[in-house]
Amino acid sequence: MELSSERHENRLRVHAAGEMTIYSAAELKPALLEAMGQSDEIEIDLSSVSEMDTSGVQLLMLMKREAVAAGKAMTLSGHSPAVLEVFELLGLGGWFGDPQVLPADATGRAA
Amino acid sequence: MSLDLGDALQTFFAESRSLLQEMEEGLLRLETAPDDTEAINAVFRAAHTIKGSSGLFGLDDIVAFTHKAENVLDRVRNNELALSEGLIGLLLGCRDHIERLLDITAEGVEMDADTRQQGEALASQLSQCMGQSASTLPAETETPLQSLGGGRMVGDTWHISLRFGRDVLKNGMDPLSFIRYLGTLGEIVHLTTLNDALPAAAEMDPECCYLGFEIRLRSEADKARIEGVFDFVRDDCQLHILPPGSRVADYINLIEALPENNTRLGEILVACGAVTQRELDESLALQACESEHRESAQPLGEILVERQIVQPELVGAALSKQKEARHRQSQEARLVRVHADKLDELINLVGELVIAGAGATLLAQRQGGSAMQEATALISRLVEEIRDGALRLRMVQIGETFSRFQRVVRDVSKELGKDIELVITGAETELDKSVVEKIGDPLTHLVRNSMDHGIEPAEVRAANGKPIKGKLKLNAYHDSGSIVIEVGDDGGGLNRDKILQKAVERGIVAPNQNLTDREIYNLIFEAGFSTADQVSNLSGRGVGMDVVRRNIEALRGTVELDSAPGEGTTVRIRLPLTLAIIDGFLVGVGDSAYVVPLEMVLECVELSDADRQALAHRAYVNMRGEVLPFVRLRDHFEVAGNGSRRENIVVVHYGGHKAGLVVDQLMGEFQTVIKPLGEMFSRVKGISGSTILGTGEVALILDVPSLVQQAAAREAGLNEEAGRTCSADRETASIQ
Repeated sequence: MELSSERHENRLRVHAAGEMTIYSAAELKPALLEAMGQSDEIEIDLSSVSEMDTSGVQLLMLMKREAVAAGKAMTLSGHSPAVLEVFELLGLGGWFGDPQVLPADATGRAA
Repeated sequence: MSLDLGDALQTFFAESRSLLQEMEEGLLRLETAPDDTEAINAVFRAAHTIKGSSGLFGLDDIVAFTHKAENVLDRVRNNELALSEGLIGLLLGCRDHIERLLDITAEGVEMDADTRQQGEALASQLSQCMGQSASTLPAETETPLQSLGGGRMVGDTWHISLRFGRDVLKNGMDPLSFIRYLGTLGEIVHLTTLNDALPAAAEMDPECCYLGFEIRLRSEADKARIEGVFDFVRDDCQLHILPPGSRVADYINLIEALPENNTRLGEILVACGAVTQRELDESLALQACESEHRESAQPLGEILVERQIVQPELVGAALSKQKEARHRQSQEARLVRVHADKLDELINLVGELVIAGAGATLLAQRQGGSAMQEATALISRLVEEIRDGALRLRMVQIGETFSRFQRVVRDVSKELGKDIELVITGAETELDKSVVEKIGDPLTHLVRNSMDHGIEPAEVRAANGKPIKGKLKLNAYHDSGSIVIEVGDDGGGLNRDKILQKAVERGIVAPNQNLTDREIYNLIFEAGFSTADQVSNLSGRGVGMDVVRRNIEALRGTVELDSAPGEGTTVRIRLPLTLAIIDGFLVGVGDSAYVVPLEMVLECVELSDADRQALAHRAYVNMRGEVLPFVRLRDHFEVAGNGSRRENIVVVHYGGHKAGLVVDQLMGEFQTVIKPLGEMFSRVKGISGSTILGTGEVALILDVPSLVQQAAAREAGLNEEAGRTCSADRETASIQ
């Protein structure tokens, strides 16, 4: 798991690459929370996430909840197929409320 | 999903392999008894379990394929599909394909085109059995609708509440894979993810699982099967399953039982369509009212009783499932899975212990204190028991290896169009695991040969007045420290003259050489026999027979063959029980020590001076009227120095032959740990290994089979001579 971030004015864009799984959860949590602390507007780019399991989803849910509680804006973008599959399975697309680009051949339930 | 080849996965592979074995046995049994419901159930269970476990590991290829096979099996189980020979063949093919998929996964390689194609071909055949074309949607949503008793409506929706334990992720399981697998049982209509249990950011452990799920599943599976999905996390999750058509009260009870806020849960249930808002409100009001009157909340037992009234058959199913699980657990408790490496390590250590023990005994003997000697004697007895115990741990019955041949015999006999029956005896005979692993290939070769070339085609058998059904026998038994494995057929036997002719052609024997029938038959194990240009009957029999012999000799075993024209052929393989430790008999020649495997020693006799002089010119002795060939170890190993004043003869036997070994000294019994000899010594004849004595010296372990053979060959040569001089008896030295 690698995190890199760039700042566009107030908006902090965090690019997450690799596995968002139990193997990386321990290092990912403080890194994400730290990023959140740096800005009021944060965007997490998921386009390079190759694999996601429960711990990954859970972390994103935690972030979202923390952001809402702190009155910050947190958005997810560029959902990779691995992320989409998990979101769809768990019916989470609507929960996060971010626009998702479904791949053309996806026939699944729109969240 | 990338694979973490952890312990769990290895266990999965091992278990799946044994399940596949069960599946094969079941299918083969069904071939003779198609109505054996127990066998059908066993096959179905095996497929189902493999599917379930591979789902947990996200092995989608295996799940998808096994699912199709399982559907067909399900219909067979419900008597909707007759079990024809063709179908059994197809199912066996499917079993093989699953095995291949497992192998591919275990090796971590991509599936090749051949395998994929084969899988597709099998899948389309399976679909035909289901009365569907291969192009329809995945079978799980398309299976014909059927009522399964209990008045349950087709396509009903189950409600599943899942709260995973905190440690489930740390235990290497991903809740997502359970949900994915649940999806294969039917259609997940609605899923709500609950994050209520997520603590504040600071306290949240990213490696714990805090999520809960409320799932609406439309499925025709029964409760036991849905529960089965969560078998692996049973202890690690809170699971509530409400069957289709449950009353609102049951949902209320569910809400009570779950950790989250009641109102919130109510909303979720309404949202996913389990109950309507009005039903919920009314029931909640009723509940609140009731609980005011009661002192305590409704105990769990009562809730269960209530449920029992609603769906007694479900409770029954759950109970029997539990009982089954408990039964399985108690069985598992009696067996411990141990890594083979650990056993090998233990046996190595025991080997060192044996050597060290021998050293201590030797020291005690030299120092001579009787208390000390007694103590070391006790220790060596215990060491001996430990050694035997440790070796027994690695002993396995040969039956498992034998039963694999049911399939080989079935397939080959189909291929050849012969009707052949496999008869197995002595399946409980035990031998070392390391030997078992290496014996499979040579045995397969022999079995195939017997079927191909030994057993005649049906017409020939009928013409010769034999039963049309050919018989192939596999037998095993223990004999003087070895295990003997026999592969026998009731075919036409070997053609003696053809073999002899061929052997002469190939220059293996001289044209005028005098050979017994047995010697001629055993010529087919000679290397020169396995060349092209085969003659009909004995052709295939020669192919690779020398390879079989080489393989078996590499295990310190021997192979021989008996044949009777018209009655059949039996190949007899003789193997040592273990490759690690033997009881030895220590003998000395000059300054060197040699070990003779004890089970091969018959007796020891001292040679008198007179005998020794007489023996100087001969290679056999008169052993109580019997001609006994011998080998003088001093000459054989070219030990330097003059002969000692006294010599002894150790009489050894192997595979029906006897021979004498002339040595200087008899040093008694000795437990021997076999240390293999390096590549460099592989050409030295007469030595099979080395060992370390208590004194730290190295002793060589004699390869008795080759020495006996050598002596026997010399005896054969000398016998002719003796026959010519006609006065052998008088001149043979006599020994008391």
